[in-house]
Amino acid sequence: MQNSAEYNDTVVRQFAIMTVVWGVVGMLVGVFIAAQLIWPVLNFDLPFLTYSRLRPLHTNAVIFAFGGSALFATSYYVVQRTCHTRLAFGKLASFTFWGWQTVILLAAITLPLGITQSKEYAELEWPIDLLIAVVWVSYALVFFGTVVQRRIKHIYVANWFYGAFIITVAILHIFNNLALPVTLTKSYQIYTGVVDGMMQWWYGHNAVGFFLTAGFLGMMYYFVPKQAGRPIYSYRLSVVHFWSLIAIYMWAGPHHLHYTSLPDWAQTLGMVFSLVLLAPSWGGMINGIMTLSGAWHKLRTDPILKFMIVSLSFYGMSTFEGPMMSIKTVNALSHYTDWTIGHVHSGALGWVAMMTIGSLYCLIPRLYNRESMYSTKLIDVHFWTSTIGVVLYAVSMWVAGITQGLMWRAVNDDGTLTYSFIESLKATYPYYGLRLIGGILFISGMFIMVYNVWKTISEQKPVPVAVMDPA
Amino acid sequence: MRHEVIEKSVTLMMVLIVCAVSVGGLIEIIPLMMDSEVTEPAEGIEVYSPLRLAGRDVYIREGCYNCHSQQIRPFRSETERYGPYSVAGEFVYDRPFQFGSKRTGPDLARVGGRYSDDWHYLHMVDPRVLVPESNMPGYPWLADRLVDANLVVSKLQTLKTLGDPYTDEQITNAPAELDGKTEMDALIAYLQGLGTNRSNRR
Repeated sequence: MQNSAEYNDTVVRQFAIMTVVWGVVGMLVGVFIAAQLIWPVLNFDLPFLTYSRLRPLHTNAVIFAFGGSALFATSYYVVQRTCHTRLAFGKLASFTFWGWQTVILLAAITLPLGITQSKEYAELEWPIDLLIAVVWVSYALVFFGTVVQRRIKHIYVANWFYGAFIITVAILHIFNNLALPVTLTKSYQIYTGVVDGMMQWWYGHNAVGFFLTAGFLGMMYYFVPKQAGRPIYSYRLSVVHFWSLIAIYMWAGPHHLHYTSLPDWAQTLGMVFSLVLLAPSWGGMINGIMTLSGAWHKLRTDPILKFMIVSLSFYGMSTFEGPMMSIKTVNALSHYTDWTIGHVHSGALGWVAMMTIGSLYCLIPRLYNRESMYSTKLIDVHFWTSTIGVVLYAVSMWVAGITQGLMWRAVNDDGTLTYSFIESLKATYPYYGLRLIGGILFISGMFIMVYNVWKTISEQKPVPVAVMDPA
Repeated sequence: MRHEVIEKSVTLMMVLIVCAVSVGGLIEIIPLMMDSEVTEPAEGIEVYSPLRLAGRDVYIREGCYNCHSQQIRPFRSETERYGPYSVAGEFVYDRPFQFGSKRTGPDLARVGGRYSDDWHYLHMVDPRVLVPESNMPGYPWLADRLVDANLVVSKLQTLKTLGDPYTDEQITNAPAELDGKTEMDALIAYLQGLGTNRSNRR
């Protein structure tokens, strides 16, 4: 029988463990497809091992399986602690776990089979989309149901971000996936051409803005102060940057369609709002980093804090780079090149993955009745492996992207093109090699994490934790 | 209003979040749906023939958009390399759009007629036979698989329901058009029609 005097940490533990598992799986696929870009024969002429089918599997696995599980785990943990109450609707919470794992499993089967809508980060076909919608509504019920039951008057800032992420992802998911089914595995979108493109990047950009940003800021607003033992730097800053971030992000989608046949006014709107977005993004970064005021010395001894601070630094860097790339003249060079891939990974590995890893190292011992992880030394090794991995990845892709952009636009004195397309690919191969090494380093860190987590939990029996009374 | 009021009421907070995140999308998307430049077909643009539609669905299934864009930007370096820049009316029958966001391989918006059918066939089976430095994977299975001719009628009917102007005659005759065609035939037919509504010559 469920005890309302204790936190529901079972579902948190389930999601936390699966975060590590899906992190390894998603990044393994990433490393494999990075190798395929150098050695294309690695598809062995098998359809389900082909790059173009596995790349969506990689993106879906890291965003929705790894990132998604991390968000479920931490939001369920945080909302209980900050509302001083047990998670609402225990059975529904359990359903969100099994439902979400089913979605992931179905994705892992259908994408290699070529069952896809071909919209980036929204590839899954309509039956799976329906399941996602059901799981997501359940998630909203559990989360907001818990907030409603809170025993303190104020809703804590982390929950604003988690809440906005849950609501907005529901809206994005439903409107971007409207389609008419032909069979169980094939449908046609109700939108066409440019309208569909706008719809897709309204979705796609805010999958980044809400799934990978607002949600993870929620994580940041709980675990950084917790680990640093300091209160959030500025309450006022968190209010201002929360509302401006969620309102402005939604306008930035058209920067994915610069110089396409999307009407100019929409491109310009997208560019202007993307530039403005720098301010609320840095508001979050500053609020996170400055939370360490008076506790900077802890960075010397606590590798978990190092993960979090480097993560926030990557967040600041990517959210500077993003607005810069959304300037049309810069985008003219960067678009379609590997620079975009570098940008995405400094956000996804640098910000999202490192914040997740830091938070998990903080969370897992608490979930298994321990003071700390099995080995702090190994956390430190993990930290350096991942940091070097991300830097190698990002730098190689920057150089590759700028090289491609410059070669594509180079013209001779007589106005003819200097390089054929294949010459730009030949120039890229060395950087694809460096990127592969960066990726291998990052996933090596994940294997260290698996070992450390295993040693931490294997002999522990989780003990229920009593709900704390509000101060 | 003091923020305290919002952070003490979960209902108010949820309503305000929905308002804050809705504005951008409404203003950027709704006007596009009413813009005839975006929704009306450009000159020479017609619905996909059954064979080309089947080919397009192979293109989608194999995930070609992961490495190939279909969108020529209005720069001299692009029109020189790929042909006249793309316009919105060329994509009104594209469900979903295939603009792509990465060029690991070249743009395909006007690849139609640029190479022979035989070139495409050989290139799809093993790209490195024709382009030794290429990193495109081979897709040899396309040559062995027949297009599902039974499915085409329901596909066309679905598209017609969505508003694409297919005639009943086109729909009835569709299975015959696909009879005995491989997925490779269909994909090549799709590629060979891409961007041919405008001449590549200047």
